[in-house]
Amino acid sequence: MIEKLFSLFKTSGIFYLTPGILVMWAVAFTLIYLAIAKDYEPLLLLPIGFGIILANLPLAGLMDPHEGLLWKFYHYGIQWEIIPPLIFLGLGALTDFGPLLANPGLIFLGAGAQAGVYLTFFAAHAIGFNLKEAATVGIIGGADGPTTIFLAAKLAPHMLGSCAVAAYSYMALVPIIQPPIMRLLTTKEERVIRMKKSRKVSQLEKILFPIISTLLIIILVPASAPLISMFMLGNLFREAKAVARLTHAAQNELLNIVTIFLGLPVGATMNAEIFLQTKVIFIFFLGLFAFAVSTATGVILAKFMNLFLKQKINPLLGAAGVSAVPMAARVVHKVGAQADKKNYLLMYAMGPNVAGVIGTVIAAGIFLTLLK
Amino acid sequence: MAQEIIAPLAGKVLQLNIAVGDKVEEDDEALVIEAMKMETPIYVPCDGTIKQINVKEGDEIEEEDVLAIIGKE
Repeated sequence: MIEKLFSLFKTSGIFYLTPGILVMWAVAFTLIYLAIAKDYEPLLLLPIGFGIILANLPLAGLMDPHEGLLWKFYHYGIQWEIIPPLIFLGLGALTDFGPLLANPGLIFLGAGAQAGVYLTFFAAHAIGFNLKEAATVGIIGGADGPTTIFLAAKLAPHMLGSCAVAAYSYMALVPIIQPPIMRLLTTKEERVIRMKKSRKVSQLEKILFPIISTLLIIILVPASAPLISMFMLGNLFREAKAVARLTHAAQNELLNIVTIFLGLPVGATMNAEIFLQTKVIFIFFLGLFAFAVSTATGVILAKFMNLFLKQKINPLLGAAGVSAVPMAARVVHKVGAQADKKNYLLMYAMGPNVAGVIGTVIAAGIFLTLLK
Repeated sequence: MAQEIIAPLAGKVLQLNIAVGDKVEEDDEALVIEAMKMETPIYVPCDGTIKQINVKEGDEIEEEDVLAIIGKE
């Protein structure tokens, strides 16, 4: 009888706990705490945190290939490239390209802020990451979670968890990371520049935009097709105004459902053996570097454009080129309002901000084409 | 002489701090609107008295809508 009890005891996980597992639990609890108490990207960091706990339960086998529940979510959702494009369908339905179409010149700022992605790619390669890993680390600088996950799954699946956590945590920290860089690179006179009134954008332009950009972008960078196609389809739903039910479903039910199945398996990729390596520290440092460089190059590009423009633009808008939507645009607005409280930059900043999303997807597509 | 309070961006009126007949000063916070899930105050452009208000809390507003009219002394 006692022997039976003892063998039951041995089939429990207690004997298999390792210090690494306990550290991973601590990481998970930290993310869950940040999500709930500090409101850091809770929609993602909460399921990611819980996913980490689930992946670090001895004998539970939730990530066992072909068997485990979370492995199935991961395999069919992320490795099969289903979930990130579906997230983009929802984001497309939520995105208003109006501010971009009203000031098409600001599209350059969305491209300029991708410099952080490439600089970080070279920096990461220089310190010992292989090319595929370096590209995955670099894309963190684009500040786009689903794109980071999409690229990591294809190029460096072993780094998917840490890169996703870095991307989402830094996105939550955008209001802390960006303002000092923005203030350092601009003068008070530049920060108070008011933007010229935007022109009105017609519905026809808004309908044509997703169609034409799909054609142009996918012909130029075919590897960006899964994300761009879904993003633009969602946007076409939105602007066509003929399929309100589909728009609503893409923005709400579908986006919420796939968000659950994005976060959980991403967290579940982070088991102790994979996550507890010195490389992970470098990923976090380089991710921060990428964010900072993207912010700086965006602002510097805006100042450069001002050398040629008669109607000067507010260089703070350059910082909105990182694709953390709409956090980066809000930060631009707030830093602008600190210099002149009656300067409303929010909507102008949304232009480069949504251009940044497209820019990051294109950057990921280029990496895929060159490195796959 | 009258001057208008114009919406600088589209959003939803979250809070209305003025009523018809109020004496206001330049840079008073006239209303707070919510755009992109962020609260943004809109300020009174000049000293005067509120003559007319065209919005109420909860209204969706468009850029360049006339939100209120101020009579200047």
